[in-house]
Amino acid sequence: MLEFKVNSQSQSVDVDPTTPLLWVLRDNLGLTGTKFGCGMAQCGACTVHMDGMPMRSCSLPVSVVAGKQITTIEGLQSKTAQAVQKAWVDLDVVQCGYCQSGQIMSAVALLESKPKPSDEDIDQAMGGNICRCATYVRIRAAIHAAAAQLSA
Amino acid sequence: MSVIREADALPTAELAGRALRHESAHLHVTGRAQYADDIPLPAGTLHAAFGLSRVAHARIRQLDLSAVLAAPGVVAVGLPSDIPGENNYGSVVHDDPIFTDTLVQFAGQPMFAVAANTHLQARRAAVLARVDYDELPAILDVRSALAAQSFVIPSKTLRRGDPQAALVRAPRRMQGTLSIGGQDHFYLEGQIAVAIPQEDGAMLIHSSTQHPTEVQHIVAAALKLRAHDVIVQCRRMGGGFGGKESQPALIAAAAAVLARKTGRPVKLRLDRDVDMLATGKRHDMIADYDVGYDDDGRICALSVMLAARCGYSADLSGPVNDRAICHVDNAYFLEHVEIVSHRCKTHTVSNTAFRGFGGPQGMMVIEAVIDDIARRLQRDPLDVRRANFYGAAPRNITPYGQSVDGNVLDTLSERLLSSSGYRERRAAIAQWNAGSATIKRGIALTPVKFGISFNATHYNQAGALIHIYNDGTVMLNHGGTEMGQGLYTKVAQVVATELGLPLSAIRVTAADTSKVPNTSATAASSGSDLNGKAAQAAAQTLRLRLVEWAATAFDVPAGAIRFDNGVVWLGERALPFAKLVAQAYMARISLSATGYYRTPAIHWDGTALRGRPFFYYAYGAAVSEVAVDTLTGESQLQRVDILHDVGRSLNPALDIGQIEGGFLQGAGWLTTEELWWNARGELKTHAPATYKIPTAYDWPREAHVHLLQQQPNGEDTIYRSKAVGEPPLMLAMSVFHAIRDAVAACAAPGRNVPLQAPATAEAVLAAIEQLRAVETAP
Repeated sequence: MLEFKVNSQSQSVDVDPTTPLLWVLRDNLGLTGTKFGCGMAQCGACTVHMDGMPMRSCSLPVSVVAGKQITTIEGLQSKTAQAVQKAWVDLDVVQCGYCQSGQIMSAVALLESKPKPSDEDIDQAMGGNICRCATYVRIRAAIHAAAAQLSA
Repeated sequence: MSVIREADALPTAELAGRALRHESAHLHVTGRAQYADDIPLPAGTLHAAFGLSRVAHARIRQLDLSAVLAAPGVVAVGLPSDIPGENNYGSVVHDDPIFTDTLVQFAGQPMFAVAANTHLQARRAAVLARVDYDELPAILDVRSALAAQSFVIPSKTLRRGDPQAALVRAPRRMQGTLSIGGQDHFYLEGQIAVAIPQEDGAMLIHSSTQHPTEVQHIVAAALKLRAHDVIVQCRRMGGGFGGKESQPALIAAAAAVLARKTGRPVKLRLDRDVDMLATGKRHDMIADYDVGYDDDGRICALSVMLAARCGYSADLSGPVNDRAICHVDNAYFLEHVEIVSHRCKTHTVSNTAFRGFGGPQGMMVIEAVIDDIARRLQRDPLDVRRANFYGAAPRNITPYGQSVDGNVLDTLSERLLSSSGYRERRAAIAQWNAGSATIKRGIALTPVKFGISFNATHYNQAGALIHIYNDGTVMLNHGGTEMGQGLYTKVAQVVATELGLPLSAIRVTAADTSKVPNTSATAASSGSDLNGKAAQAAAQTLRLRLVEWAATAFDVPAGAIRFDNGVVWLGERALPFAKLVAQAYMARISLSATGYYRTPAIHWDGTALRGRPFFYYAYGAAVSEVAVDTLTGESQLQRVDILHDVGRSLNPALDIGQIEGGFLQGAGWLTTEELWWNARGELKTHAPATYKIPTAYDWPREAHVHLLQQQPNGEDTIYRSKAVGEPPLMLAMSVFHAIRDAVAACAAPGRNVPLQAPATAEAVLAAIEQLRAVETAP
């Protein structure tokens, strides 16, 4: 039995410890907001927070998260997260939406650590989250908008 | 998270044309938007995986699946012999086996599928097959296919005037070649289907598809069922880009065959590698041209041999190449022209639809011809482009006989030229390049004219279904699918406008073959043109019914009844829409209607290649500026200015999003996205580690993206809007030509730039070396 917290709730799962966290979230816990994109930590669609740090859950063995606090898109509640979600809606960032859970998780983690990021900071933090609809310009703008709202 | 729908505060008359947010935005940002992979599965669902061939061309002597069947968790395998009906998922020519039987025609071709209790068990089992191949010679590229006269379907020729005589007569003449790379769709959501057996032999399919009706028919044919036995649903896709037009039928059919065999639901979700190996891509093409032109760069005659790598089967290669032929002209009048189009058969994956559908490849040809002419004449390529623009009659007829009406390119390019500061920047760049040995800069303006409508006339029809429930809420369904383009938002805006309702009164439901039948693929940029009109027709039917009844019931003239923002005005009296509807129900007025639309005025002779295939054209232009490191070949897009024509926009926020995204996706196609097969015909770029699509770094530091204002569509489209899905992709030709411009600066003027697409660092270096080698040759 592996025990960890997901979105502030204690969970214990009985799975092969090498199972990637993504599949535990999706298949065992029914949290399908986190998406499968490539399975090799190259696209960012599966991004979650482990103790506040953005991690690619498709390549993270669930054994690593024992005792840790995992946050998924469904569990975002912080002021920063709400500002990011609002900016995303206000600026009409989303097209197909499939990568956006991961984009938002990366954006929230960026703003938690760097409240006023530059364009370069944003590209660096978001460079591993790919979006085939190419919504990058709006993602950048939405991060700036959320930062502005949070510092207002 | 609570989201206030700001749209609800607007007068409904203004709903269409507003930059309203995507109808699912509040779901997307909270992870609650459901994709096929997120649908809760019935107990006992099996998970499937394909077994793929490892060689490009072979007879299968023996397929030994004993180890697969013995693997943990395996319940069944699906083979050709398990298909009760037709072993085919090809829609035009029936030459695409679901599971290939005795002949392997590309490395990555599905030979069987395995169903197991878990996804991982299925994947592990699928690679345990022992296959005894009798390998055959493989044709892998276009030149080899041309030499062998290997074609999937017959070649076609479009000819106008007397190109051979005009070539001889022309003051100047030149030959050249261009190769244009393919492109993987790399939708973030891979191909996926769930097949759930229903009572009495029926099958329910959840499919990530742009074409539910085709999935329905292919599954029915495979299972030896009839169309009414199969229901296909799709609420949304995680990207399609053309890759989910014909390919999802393979995934759905394989899942359905296993579901039929086991009697249990089956989910088939492709891994990224399998998706990239087994499903089709944009056609790569080569073009050999012969052009005659005058001293101003005006084209007198053009002869083009355009050959596409179609892969092992026809798939959509016929219509893709027809569209390529119809876009070799792009924005330019070609008086004497001949285009020979070969549809080459190779032992590689069967190529398919991709945003632009052959149009981009055709347009790349003429843009290269024009660039070559300009280099030879030492003129600004933009001046040569403008000298060749379509103009007044008789210079307004395309090679296929359609007149180019409502052409806005002169105005549009003039405005863009001025707003982007093109001339000044070109001068500044020339100065920079004169003083910079390593970093060379380049700039280019390229136009887009893209034909809107399916070439296949019968595809240009759509249906919609609207229910008004007696609490005043509306359920909207139509034949279109949502893949991120915002179609569901736009069509909801149309219905809200017609019924005078706030957007929150409209719920858009999943595309469903049991609600709207005989739908066309959501493709060819036609989604809102077709489905918007069909939904408008349904809404107008309902509104008229309500007006006729209310006029009598409330004794007011029909002309005095208005619908606005959830209120129905009966002369001076206001009644909430919900109240009116409740009363209409009590009076036994039908509150459900279908709507139907077919595009008028179009016709196409696919043999003669003549007609009016397109209802209208969408236009745009872009100026791109790049910097190229001539030591590494790397290029960087530094600035882009775009002016694009969407007629009267249905939703500027969505439209500009399509332009931004289409442009960058096109830039990826023409720069970093390289598909690479080894000599054995194995695709080695089958994951994001080796296949590079644009990232956040690739959007330029400076970008100006604008809609051409005050230009309603001259044709009677939905609220005079224009389609926007595909045309912006081709704005990225400006990036390719800006790189060519920078490379040209590496040598003395007057030489053609031998840069091929995609302009990877490797290709750029090769072009620079070729240019310099010519220069230093004795």
